[in-house]
Amino acid sequence: MARFLARRLLFALVLVLVVSSASLVLARLAPGDVTAQLGPFATPAEIASTRARFDLDRTPLQQLMLWAGRAMRFEFGDSFQYNRPVRELIGRAAANTAALAIVALAVATFVGIPLGIFTGSRRGTAAAVVRGASLVFLSVPPLLTSLFLVFIAATTRILPPGGMTTAGVLEMSWSAWLLDVAIHLPLPALALALPIAATFERLQSQSMADALHQPFAVAALARGVAPHDVITRHAWPVSLRPICAVYGLAIGALLSGSFVVEFVTAWPGLGRLMYEALRARDIYLVAGCAATGGLFLAFGSLIGDLLLAAADPRVREAQAGA
Amino acid sequence: MKRAGRVLLALVVLVAIAAPWLAPNPPAQVFDDLLYAPPTPIRFTPAPSIYPQRLVSRLERRFEQDREHPAALQWFTDGRLATVPEAQGGPLLLLGADRFGRDTFSRLLYGARATLALAAVSTLLALAIGALIGGVAGYAGGTLDDLLSRFTDFVLVLPAMYVALALRAVMPLVLPPATVFVLLGGIFALLGWPIVARGVRAIIASERERDYAVAGHALGATPARILLRHLLPAAGGYLGVQATLLLPAFILAEATLSYVGLGFPETVPTWGTMLQEAANVSMLAEAPWMLAPAAAIFVVVLAVNLAVQGTGRAPVQLEP
Repeated sequence: MARFLARRLLFALVLVLVVSSASLVLARLAPGDVTAQLGPFATPAEIASTRARFDLDRTPLQQLMLWAGRAMRFEFGDSFQYNRPVRELIGRAAANTAALAIVALAVATFVGIPLGIFTGSRRGTAAAVVRGASLVFLSVPPLLTSLFLVFIAATTRILPPGGMTTAGVLEMSWSAWLLDVAIHLPLPALALALPIAATFERLQSQSMADALHQPFAVAALARGVAPHDVITRHAWPVSLRPICAVYGLAIGALLSGSFVVEFVTAWPGLGRLMYEALRARDIYLVAGCAATGGLFLAFGSLIGDLLLAAADPRVREAQAGA
Repeated sequence: MKRAGRVLLALVVLVAIAAPWLAPNPPAQVFDDLLYAPPTPIRFTPAPSIYPQRLVSRLERRFEQDREHPAALQWFTDGRLATVPEAQGGPLLLLGADRFGRDTFSRLLYGARATLALAAVSTLLALAIGALIGGVAGYAGGTLDDLLSRFTDFVLVLPAMYVALALRAVMPLVLPPATVFVLLGGIFALLGWPIVARGVRAIIASERERDYAVAGHALGATPARILLRHLLPAAGGYLGVQATLLLPAFILAEATLSYVGLGFPETVPTWGTMLQEAANVSMLAEAPWMLAPAAAIFVVVLAVNLAVQGTGRAPVQLEP
């Protein structure tokens, strides 16, 4: 187990390193740089001093090395655009994205899996309706769900159609702030969760149906174990394997999806920050965002692997042996 | 259900091909006084016709229908199936007009061409790259296989949307449409190939051991010939299944990039550039027909999902 964890940590390190340096060099090589923001009347001396301040007068490789050296000491440089340390900016955005993703994943899990157990173990109209609904939601990616929910929110005015807080909420107490965020959260979280819930439902339904056809389930039914017990206590644990396998991949989907949702619903998360940094050629902010995204990914796939090991003893043994 | 999906897909492709004939108005034509004009539904009695609409209040964006003088649809004029010339009470706006007063329905039909063409080209490219890399990895085995497989797995882990965003954003932001088409096609192919390569590698690695491949080798066929002519066809079914997964993903990627302003320029009608107008939340409630491209994307993705539903597993058994 220790060796397995060590390997995963090494993978995470490589992922974060490669992703952040690649994006740093990519953003550096892109046409245009931060001096465009000084406006047309900047003197050559001002432009030169700005370039020097952000290491833009060095070669990309030198800049990468300098940045990597400082990153080892957890100094990720300053953002050109906001004129603030990258660490501060990213901390807040990453927390917002993580909150959105975790709530969406929880909703998808608690909606998708029970419904999947239901449709996988039963026939009839209700199951057919759920199956049809999940096929529909499988076809509406987060871009469409978020647009549609924003449209509904804008016409009915039940929920705020965008943003994370109302203007002026910073002067309120923290409890009022929390309540305000709680009102803004359901729309983007639901937009992100619906397609994933549909995926979970389909997977769980399929694997539940498979598990119920296996000899041990048939034998349990023949011995007179109540069907409810066979489903929840015997078949369900066996059917969990494909779900756990997809959890690790779901993190990538959540990150990709959350970019779109953050954009449509104006949620101030990592996706929006990275988009604006990329457009403004804010090199250090781009690299910081990429590193954070890489961390999320590595963490997600680690969780996925641990879940898989928890659900399937065979995987556990293979990992222990590795 | 499967047949319904296929019919729907064929229909969308046909509509895209026949867009210049089906569209009632040129996609770029601006109707000055019809910004955000609502749809003009077709009345079927006594003859197919529409009520001409006129701008009453520019500030409130209020339109009035002239119910006294319905304008009849003109069939097969100007090389179009049905249209209503402006002089005779037109235009015919089946899905309303956008913020520049352009016909949403016509733009939707033309947009299908750009969007579907881009998705199809990128899918073919991704399949080709994936088949090549996967094929070489599976056929060569050993160190090369290890290297290629590691690389494939690494690209597979990256969240595609962010990579596409980063690759597109570091290019010059304003480019001509043809360049954008090539650029996006390339980016999408770069993101789509790993999943193809992984499956192809597994298939080729098991096919390589079969008698016919060994026989080909014994008869002196070159590795390239064995791989391309004899082994890759075995992965055909798998490639077909992957195509149905990649196509909707690429349609969506185009829509997303254009939505955030990094895709095609606004003048080119694609589903993505059209969807950009839906970003204006306050107008969305007044002009819900701005969501038409979203509905179109939904129809295509649903059609693909229906068409592949029930095929269950990929026809070729993969390694566990």
